[in-house]
Amino acid sequence: MTIIVTDGLTKTYGGGVTALADLTVAVDAGVIGLVGANGAGKSTFIKIMLGLVPPSGGTVRVFDLDPVVQTDKVRARVGYMPENDCLPPDVSAAEFVTHLARMSGLPKTAARERASEALRHVGLYEERYRQIGGYSTGMKQRVKLAQALVHDPDLLLLDEPTNGLDPAGRDAMLSLIHRIGSEFGISVVVCSHLLGEVERICDSLIAIEGGRLLRADRISTMTEASDVLAVEVADGTDELFAALSEQGLPVTRDGRMLLVAMESDAAYDRILRSVADLDLNLHRLDQRRHRVAELFTKKETADV
Amino acid sequence: MSETGVIHDIGYQRYSGVRLGRLALQNSLFVHGLRAAFGLGRSAKAKIFPWLVFGIMLLTAVILAAIRSQTGQEFITYAGFADSMSFLIIFFVAIVAPQLVSRDLRAGTLPLYFSRPLRAADYVFAKFAAMAAAIWLLLGVPQFIMFLGAAFTTKKGAEGVFDELGGLVPAWGYSLLWALTFAGIGLLIASFTGKQAFAAGGIVAVFLMSTPIVGVLASLPSTTANGLAGLASPMTLIGGIGYWVSGGSNGFDLPIGRFGPIYAIEAVCLIAVTMLLLLARYRKVASL
Repeated sequence: MTIIVTDGLTKTYGGGVTALADLTVAVDAGVIGLVGANGAGKSTFIKIMLGLVPPSGGTVRVFDLDPVVQTDKVRARVGYMPENDCLPPDVSAAEFVTHLARMSGLPKTAARERASEALRHVGLYEERYRQIGGYSTGMKQRVKLAQALVHDPDLLLLDEPTNGLDPAGRDAMLSLIHRIGSEFGISVVVCSHLLGEVERICDSLIAIEGGRLLRADRISTMTEASDVLAVEVADGTDELFAALSEQGLPVTRDGRMLLVAMESDAAYDRILRSVADLDLNLHRLDQRRHRVAELFTKKETADV
Repeated sequence: MSETGVIHDIGYQRYSGVRLGRLALQNSLFVHGLRAAFGLGRSAKAKIFPWLVFGIMLLTAVILAAIRSQTGQEFITYAGFADSMSFLIIFFVAIVAPQLVSRDLRAGTLPLYFSRPLRAADYVFAKFAAMAAAIWLLLGVPQFIMFLGAAFTTKKGAEGVFDELGGLVPAWGYSLLWALTFAGIGLLIASFTGKQAFAAGGIVAVFLMSTPIVGVLASLPSTTANGLAGLASPMTLIGGIGYWVSGGSNGFDLPIGRFGPIYAIEAVCLIAVTMLLLLARYRKVASL
């Protein structure tokens, strides 16, 4: 199911700053990573989807609704977690999330129930009756996530959810987001400038730079097995290189490794035979998968 | 909290119940704001000042009612109560207005509000209504106590009670005028800063600094300037209207002459302008 569709989406702020330029993308449900450097236009994209900022050109549809015209309908189905600090220090998390649930239109009892549910899902239990001012950064991030989740949205927009967290906190937050996407049946857009972080949990990825789309695709297609075998031996890399070249295999050297373009499955056998003939210790023979990051570095250099 | 993020697997429940409209949101934000004005649902510290002011006002009203019932003398009329309490009202506004709006600015909570169906106008109306209601209660409840004291000890029976009611109801209206004017100005000033202390200082400054101007204008030799002097300060503005409407028995003793309607027009414009400025301010804030 396609949840977000944009066509030629452009946003120019007063003063001629272009935040988004001609962004055309169609996003399927699931966990979506929105990556880009600071100032790439991620936050502007989110604001447009929430109907907070009108686009200067092009169209955007969220759940086939126009955020500019059907703002309330869109916002009822979307939860937003801002990047900045947004919690008052002098109320308890339970009270605060309940209040925001009511601001989403939930009746009093439902708001209270869903607030404690949401806080439980993000892993806050008895602490939720304590004042937010005394929370750690990790707990605050969880409260921010809980308030986005409290009105049971169909789509979560998370702006830098791992900001300011230590590595353990990051992992916990990411697995929580993955859980929300996979088990709760809620689509999630995760904004981040750290590609390595989101690629672990995302089904698809949108990369933008300078307001332009770099690439949007499913992670599975991006990390498709490439036709290269990596071979690593203890010593005698040179001899193996010579032997393989002699057989007419296209070999390149990459540090201690040899990369062999795989033309057919027979390549495995031929490499193995060569290694055995030379009596070398084989350390590694595997099919190389592209890491998403590599794709982008390539793409980026091409762009520049 | 367990940093490892262990979550009990009870499963996620979807919500299929009702989602209320914007009117209900406004109402809910209004109630929330009115409670916050008196520190309800907040820490004990937040309760001290509003209840101190409210306590003084209630005590004054009780004393006035007691004197009235013992001696039968009316020291301060219902409407005059608002006038004589004007400095306490300023104090109250300086405490409560920052609580209602500066706090949200400071904590950065506004994006959470405005990413929900709530609009900037809803937010402004709800906060304004909460502030005005809080000030009105601050005046209206003591006035009601004064009424009860007078009504129960009246020696003229039902007729006496109706006499008192005839004094109370216009005074409630007068209190509402105080409430609307002060709520608008207080919120507008507070909406420009996230620092509660600055906001409180700014509010007190605006209200008090304008009083000397009135004094200077009132001492000029021109009677026109004297008559219009009260326009310079919100307190004397409202006092002037009270004086005009009551025909001189209430409000501040200002030589407003025939300028009464001008006072009324300015008050209406002042309330309208503060509302429009608040709306403009929050339109800007709402776009984050």
